[in-house]
Amino acid sequence: MNAKYRRLFITIIIILTLGLATKLILMALEDNIVYFYTPNDLIEKFGNTKNIQNKIRIGGLVLESSIKKEGKKTIFMITDRKKEVKVVFKGPLPDLFREGQGIVAEGMFQNNNFIASEVLAKHDENYMPPEVADALKKNNVWKGDSN
Amino acid sequence: MFDWLANPNRFNRITEKIQPYILLISGITLISGLYFGLFDSPKDYQQGDAVRIMYVHVPSAWLASFLYFTLAISCVFYLVWKHPLADLISSSIAPIGTLFSALTLVTGSLWGKPMWGTWWVWDARLTSMLVLFFFYLGYILLSNAFERKIDGSKTASVLAIVGLINLPIVKFSVDWWHTLHQPASIIKVGGPSIDDKMLLPLILMIFALSFFSLYIIILNVKTKLIEKKCEALLLKSNLEEISTTG
Repeated sequence: MNAKYRRLFITIIIILTLGLATKLILMALEDNIVYFYTPNDLIEKFGNTKNIQNKIRIGGLVLESSIKKEGKKTIFMITDRKKEVKVVFKGPLPDLFREGQGIVAEGMFQNNNFIASEVLAKHDENYMPPEVADALKKNNVWKGDSN
Repeated sequence: MFDWLANPNRFNRITEKIQPYILLISGITLISGLYFGLFDSPKDYQQGDAVRIMYVHVPSAWLASFLYFTLAISCVFYLVWKHPLADLISSSIAPIGTLFSALTLVTGSLWGKPMWGTWWVWDARLTSMLVLFFFYLGYILLSNAFERKIDGSKTASVLAIVGLINLPIVKFSVDWWHTLHQPASIIKVGGPSIDDKMLLPLILMIFALSFFSLYIIILNVKTKLIEKKCEALLLKSNLEEISTTG
């Protein structure tokens, strides 16, 4: 084997080895990499919300007609259409916050209520003009999250 | 075959012919892309006018990733076949890739504040894009950090190849983990989930920035070739001077 092919061979082996190592590291760190859990993930992973002591993030849709205002507090449910979590939040909500919107809330559990310190809106991958969105809703073929 | 491609004279002759066309395509697509993107495309039903940031953000992100891929492949050619032209190409790509990855991060941040409600989060997509930016910076710093240019080129090339592993992470982070960043809209199962009127300026801008990058890269490589020639001539004349006076 001449020198060129030996170098090529070594390069490929190095890339494959490092790639495999990275994959293993990422798999081991999965809990630190996921940005949020859905309510169903939480139950599967922790069993009961009482077992969660640390700060975590929950992501899902704002459940329809679950938003209540109590003074400065906003109370609503986050759902992944399987399980729900009740969220209490004091502070400014993002502009996109509304029923059916995908959101991510960061905070801690207190007696089965999730006390959020921050609420972020999650945008989905659908881009369309308002007229198209209206037409879709009118014809009941709306598949998006909102309204 | 690679020897044929790596001949600097042939490189100069071929690029001389295609350079004006590259600039022309880049100019036309840039102007039409910006026109459609800024004036003649609809607002988004949720994002309003902020959707227009996408026409810079997405092409920048694609180019930052694609240019890194070409840079790293070129580094493989440099390390394995030891072609000096491959090193010139890698070092010509690096600053442009750095620019586009920075542009991706900045425009994304500007979009994130009004839409998500935050400038920055440490989710997998944003973090891996930042890592890509650091790989570009690392490549540039490392290739200039040695007394002998050739040591710098070799070390930086190794770094660039290691950074290849980050590319699939950037691309698939949104599918592998829950991220705040939305998943892909254009290349996805079931066709693009983006309106045609928005897709048009997006694709025009991708062409515009790709051809613009290609033009600048060719210009960079040519400049570096001339620099090398100058150095060689200078060295030669110095040597002749020493031999005649000595």
